[in-house]
Amino acid sequence: MTEDAPLIEAAGLHTYYGASHILHGIDLSIAAGESVSLLGRNGMGKTTTIRSILGLTPPRQGTVRIRGRDMTGAEPHRIAQMGLGLVPEGRGIFPNLSVRENLVMAARPAVDGVETWTLPRICDLFPPLAERLDNMGNQLSGGEQQMLSVGRALMTNPDVLILDEATEGLAPLIRRDIWAVIRRIKDAGIATLVVDKDLDTLLDVCDRCVILAKGQVAWAGTAADLRTNPDIHRRYLGV
Amino acid sequence: MTGPWPLRLTLLAAVGGLAVFPWVGDPFYVELVIHLMILGIFAMSLDLLMGYTGLVSFGHAAFFGISGYLLALMTPESGGLSIWLALPVCLAGTAVAALVVGWFSVRTSGIYFIMITLAFAQMAFFFFVEHQDFGGTDGLFVADKPFVGFGGWQLLDLRDEHSFYFFTLGLLVVTYLLLAMILRAPFGQVIRGIRANEARTRALGYPTQRYKLISFVIAGTFAGLAGFLEAAHTEYVSPSHLGWHESGLVLMYVILGGMGTLYGPVLGAFVMGLLHDQFQDLTEHFNLVMGFFVIAVVLFLPDGVAGLVARLGRARGGGPADPPR
Repeated sequence: MTEDAPLIEAAGLHTYYGASHILHGIDLSIAAGESVSLLGRNGMGKTTTIRSILGLTPPRQGTVRIRGRDMTGAEPHRIAQMGLGLVPEGRGIFPNLSVRENLVMAARPAVDGVETWTLPRICDLFPPLAERLDNMGNQLSGGEQQMLSVGRALMTNPDVLILDEATEGLAPLIRRDIWAVIRRIKDAGIATLVVDKDLDTLLDVCDRCVILAKGQVAWAGTAADLRTNPDIHRRYLGV
Repeated sequence: MTGPWPLRLTLLAAVGGLAVFPWVGDPFYVELVIHLMILGIFAMSLDLLMGYTGLVSFGHAAFFGISGYLLALMTPESGGLSIWLALPVCLAGTAVAALVVGWFSVRTSGIYFIMITLAFAQMAFFFFVEHQDFGGTDGLFVADKPFVGFGGWQLLDLRDEHSFYFFTLGLLVVTYLLLAMILRAPFGQVIRGIRANEARTRALGYPTQRYKLISFVIAGTFAGLAGFLEAAHTEYVSPSHLGWHESGLVLMYVILGGMGTLYGPVLGAFVMGLLHDQFQDLTEHFNLVMGFFVIAVVLFLPDGVAGLVARLGRARGGGPADPPR
């Protein structure tokens, strides 16, 4: 591990689901503390990129380096242990565990051994969860499930938090709460990789944007650049 | 005890009922209840795999039988072995067998896991059938019951039916408490996570295969405890103890009793065992009646007999009857 290497550095990823070629050479890197958004229409390979980085669907070509170490094709739990926390699409709460158990089972010190995020801090961050610690995972509203999913990922004390459609299907007020938390996470120095449909908020929160189209990087640049370029919105993101 | 208080009270009452039974029950039924309690331990061990880890094993009887064979083989003609030697050897032997079978099996899942565990169990079955040193199809007798003592001093005489009854009841309770403890511990949270969503659990940084293997070994070891008791009780073990029929029966106890509750599979063993006993006296076509019973439970009690108990508990105003946590 080298200290100044990016936390995540994916180069030339080619990923397949069976015979279908989904990613055609994706490059993506995230430095410590940086906030990157992954944009693109549905089916362009955003979730597949995340799955490739995490080793859940290993790429057939290309390399994934975490903290400078080649982790291509490594087992998903080893990659996760290097400080990558995932808030998956669809939340992925364990319905058969209580809220407390969902959180506590994920608890792990950070790669540098520090335990910043503990159960009391998560309760502090998400007061509704504090009132529901003994409820089972399937007894929560959609918004509470999303909070639990973010809280569970934070309990692993990650250096990068990957949020895949974290505000999908939530009421506007709860969406605002989740975004507020994402900002606080970013301010705490945790790097984030965010996939979301809410472009305005994304441009506000993130430093850099990467747009995918048909399994390739169609555009990459700073959020400020993208904001002043409505042409790019229309071409790659408009419906 | 764990779980909400109406459930705890019900379970305590059930244990209390079992504890007074030998004084009021017919000796024939005392003997039968010992057998059912042993099957209860066996079924709980499978519930750890099926109901909590999400692994459906169709070869769980292998460990039940192997433990019995170990006891039969190591007991000398001259008299009972000390239980402090016999039990650890039987448990360690089954744990090693479970480690070997599990090491290969946990790499697969779903229908393949079912087939591979069945294949291993059938290998064990034919091994004992074909080796005359191990009694072949006739099986082996256990020369004497293990000796429970300290120094030359006897603490409990297992040859006495009542003593064996309480010994088994004690181990039934201990097994329940140990498994409930394991399930509440961080390890238990992880295996329950694996059951709900293995990929998610891996993405949280857990080597799920290793956890599944440990769960498999624990389940196999408790099945070994049941097999030890069965062989010691009947003083006999045969290849049918580890056949696929036996594996299928214990699977039925777990499913009909209620997966993922621990006490449900024990209930399943009792209900199935007692019905079997009743119908056997009534008609020679008792298997037909048992078949109707199984269909009825599957149709009307999707959560097994334990689900019915929980539903009754709720109807009386008790809290939600969650599985022991």
